[in-house]
Amino acid sequence: MEITVTVNGTAHTADVEPRMLLVDFIRTTLTLTGTHIGCDTTSCGVCTVLLDNTPVKSCTVFAVQANGRSLTTVEGLKQNGELHPIQAAFKEAHGLQCGYCTPAMMLVGSKLIEENPSPTEDEVRWAISGNLCRCTGYVNIVKSIQLAGEMVAAGGEEATE
Amino acid sequence: MTTTHHHEPITTAEVGGVGHSRRRVEDDRLIQGKGNYVDDIVLPGMLHMELVRSPLAHAKINSIDTSAAEAVEGVVAVVTGEMLAGYNLAWMPTLSGDTQAVLATDAVRFQGQEVAAVVATSPYAAKDGADMVMVDYEPLDPIVSPQQGLEPDAPVIRTDLEDKADNIAYEWDTGDEAAVEAAFAQADRIIELETHYPRSHPSPLETCGCVADVDGVTGQVTIYMTSQAPHAHRTVLALVAGLPEQNIRIISPDIGGGFGNKVPVYPGYVVATAASLVLGVPVKWVEDRTSNLISTGFGRDYYMKGQLGVTNEGKILGLRVDMLSDQGAFYADAQPTKVKAGLFHIVTGSYDYPAAYVKTKGVYTNKAPGGVAYRCSFRVTEASYLIERLVQNAAYDLGMDPAEIRRRNFIQPDQFPYTSPTGFIYDSGDYEKALDLALDMAGYNELRQEQAMLREQGRLMGIGLASFTEVVGAGPSEDYDILGLKMTDAAELRIHPTGKAILKLAVRSQGQGHETTFAQIVAEELGIPAADVKVIEGDTDNTPYGLGTYASRSTPTAGAATSIISRKLRDKGRKLAAHLLEASEEDIEWEVGRYYVKGSPDSSVTIQDVAFAAYTNHPREIEGGLEGVHYYDPPNMTYPFGSYIVVVDLDPGTGEWKVRRMIAVDDCGVRINPMIVDGQIQGGLTEGFAMSNMQWITFDEAGNCIGSNFMDYLIPTAWETPRFELGETVTPSPHHPIGAKGVGESATVGSPAAYVNAVIDALAHLGVRNIDMPVLPDRVWQAIQDHS
Repeated sequence: MEITVTVNGTAHTADVEPRMLLVDFIRTTLTLTGTHIGCDTTSCGVCTVLLDNTPVKSCTVFAVQANGRSLTTVEGLKQNGELHPIQAAFKEAHGLQCGYCTPAMMLVGSKLIEENPSPTEDEVRWAISGNLCRCTGYVNIVKSIQLAGEMVAAGGEEATE
Repeated sequence: MTTTHHHEPITTAEVGGVGHSRRRVEDDRLIQGKGNYVDDIVLPGMLHMELVRSPLAHAKINSIDTSAAEAVEGVVAVVTGEMLAGYNLAWMPTLSGDTQAVLATDAVRFQGQEVAAVVATSPYAAKDGADMVMVDYEPLDPIVSPQQGLEPDAPVIRTDLEDKADNIAYEWDTGDEAAVEAAFAQADRIIELETHYPRSHPSPLETCGCVADVDGVTGQVTIYMTSQAPHAHRTVLALVAGLPEQNIRIISPDIGGGFGNKVPVYPGYVVATAASLVLGVPVKWVEDRTSNLISTGFGRDYYMKGQLGVTNEGKILGLRVDMLSDQGAFYADAQPTKVKAGLFHIVTGSYDYPAAYVKTKGVYTNKAPGGVAYRCSFRVTEASYLIERLVQNAAYDLGMDPAEIRRRNFIQPDQFPYTSPTGFIYDSGDYEKALDLALDMAGYNELRQEQAMLREQGRLMGIGLASFTEVVGAGPSEDYDILGLKMTDAAELRIHPTGKAILKLAVRSQGQGHETTFAQIVAEELGIPAADVKVIEGDTDNTPYGLGTYASRSTPTAGAATSIISRKLRDKGRKLAAHLLEASEEDIEWEVGRYYVKGSPDSSVTIQDVAFAAYTNHPREIEGGLEGVHYYDPPNMTYPFGSYIVVVDLDPGTGEWKVRRMIAVDDCGVRINPMIVDGQIQGGLTEGFAMSNMQWITFDEAGNCIGSNFMDYLIPTAWETPRFELGETVTPSPHHPIGAKGVGESATVGSPAAYVNAVIDALAHLGVRNIDMPVLPDRVWQAIQDHS
């Protein structure tokens, strides 16, 4: 089937098998490998992307379901050569170790602070509760998202050392 | 020995040596989706492989029909064990010296065992093909526990082994049984605990996989592989496949978490390599999650019986441990070859007593092989858990406070180096200091008062302690090897003419931040800014030899090697400095980043000046260049320790317990990058919580794995994960060049006992002394009913 999906602002048209999962379309067809695969059962969340600006687990969406819609992946976070505050904050607050869950965590976090730039710890933990991390114990992921919110509220300034 | 709370950096923030919370170099690519994990690698002409796995735990294979699979669109080849046998590849050695089937030929011995492989033009086609491989199985009775495996009429699982008449994988003991009997004769009480440390799975979020690329013309074999130990894996592959080692290149790219799961050699790697060899094109194999959970290295699964002889005053006199370990179908523990139960004999813990005896028996069962050190230095987790549970129970039986009984038995600071009754030589420690800090942070006395008050109201709250000692950094060459390979590790350092350096290491980061922290060690030793030091790992063609990253050994071994090679280059630089400063070498002094003439500090050259001279202006008698390699053979293991306190609130109506507070004081010696150390501790505390609370790989009577996906095998989310309060003491390792000990696993090792002890503490007044992990609400509820 032919589908057209706007990915990180650019329209892509491709012929895909009806059974192709969105995550495979992103990783294989578009070669955007920042979106990862971790569990195949919608449990771990490392495949999370924003579909029409809403987080979805792309292992549980068919590529054809994204036809005519807009997709943001981790590769789309950086704008005009500038890191998104969520990216700067994850580095500053040590929000990642192996980095495998990180793109998804950042996308979910970016969506949260867009709606609520000053989330409480509980609000952050609830927002990322569909995303697993095995390295960090979530402590610094929570801090990173809160820091990004502060940075956005302060006008998207670069993180300071 | 000094114990301090902080190690003040001697370098500036710009240089970024030891003690600076330098932000991570790795992050720049990882936060932009530019990491390069195995599944991200695409090579021209690459095919995809899927493994066909056994649905049964134990069965004879009558026949395998591949014709329907071969007819599936996109399928290029189907590989069976019979075909591999033609290359002598149907079986391979395990890291414990047993053999393991690559693809089963005679029988399947666990659910999920690899039976055939389908190679196709896409992953979807490979899965389609795998569904069409028809295997005729004749079911056999499965053995689903070690106790069952020892029954006299139990079927023998390893019929492939000549003359094997039972299911015993190994038997091993250490310590002095007679001394323990004598000690027990003097004891007022023998405290007993029988408990199961259940089977768990490391489950890094990236599963295992590889891309094997065999060049049919040159014979070059390049394997991109999820490997915590690329050099060891190259040697093993050379031996298994009979390939010339210089033609094998293992590239371990970014790794999405390891935790021990990526130490063993798995059949998939071997089959993909064989398929690439035969087909002449690259072959990719990446597991799905179920495959990862049901077939790759699990952790734990020890049935432990501990006996602690104590006096009425709470003095420990001796320890006896009997264990049964569930090894699965092949004995594939990843551990030093000479110690069959890993480093379990550290079980005597942080306490000073003269007698201990440990006896263990490993049993084959119809379960996946493994026994990897899941975020653990070879069974140290089980050991720490048992002794900390026993000591806590002893306190209840003696009517003592759990903190006080520990205090009365701690090895004292002036006793180090301390030889334990099982032969370890503890390098350093100050256990009481760590405990006191934890008690202080917790407000322990107030918590006990609150507990008593709540108890009067019928409400249950528990306070669990654990004062653990680890043994990490394997290890001295006299005692530690894996299949004969000594556990030394190397660092190679080259300083270029402009003073910028490349450091190459045999270890392989899986998230620990090596690219950041090992550069800090060079910065500390040479004053070259860490930002000017590039760290390269994970490519056997371009790094020196060593056994890899697991068991918290990178800092104790490769970290020490980095320090020593830096010092060797600094010594060579002294000769060059003398030449440049027209002084004699004896008169050259060093301070971070520069050499100067004794008595005239203004007459100096920087390390960068010296590096430039090494290539542009060196006298004939000094060899050019500023480069070297050091293989580090540790004189001893390192012994990180800590004290943890967990406070739980428990609902007697449902058995549910919630962690109110988790206080963790860690002493891992000198902290290279405090930010990264704290991050590792937070991660470890979470995995400890997971094991005590939910993570559990279990099996039904037929040997079906319960826990074969993330809906059945539970991993804590941010919502369930407790909040942590961290504290630190610093007791440097006396034998490590920078006093560091390794920290990646401390919290996983130390914390399960603290969580479980907290639940037991809430119920101790009822007489409850044990609930097996995971401490599920129904088990808690049942324990309350049994003691009411």
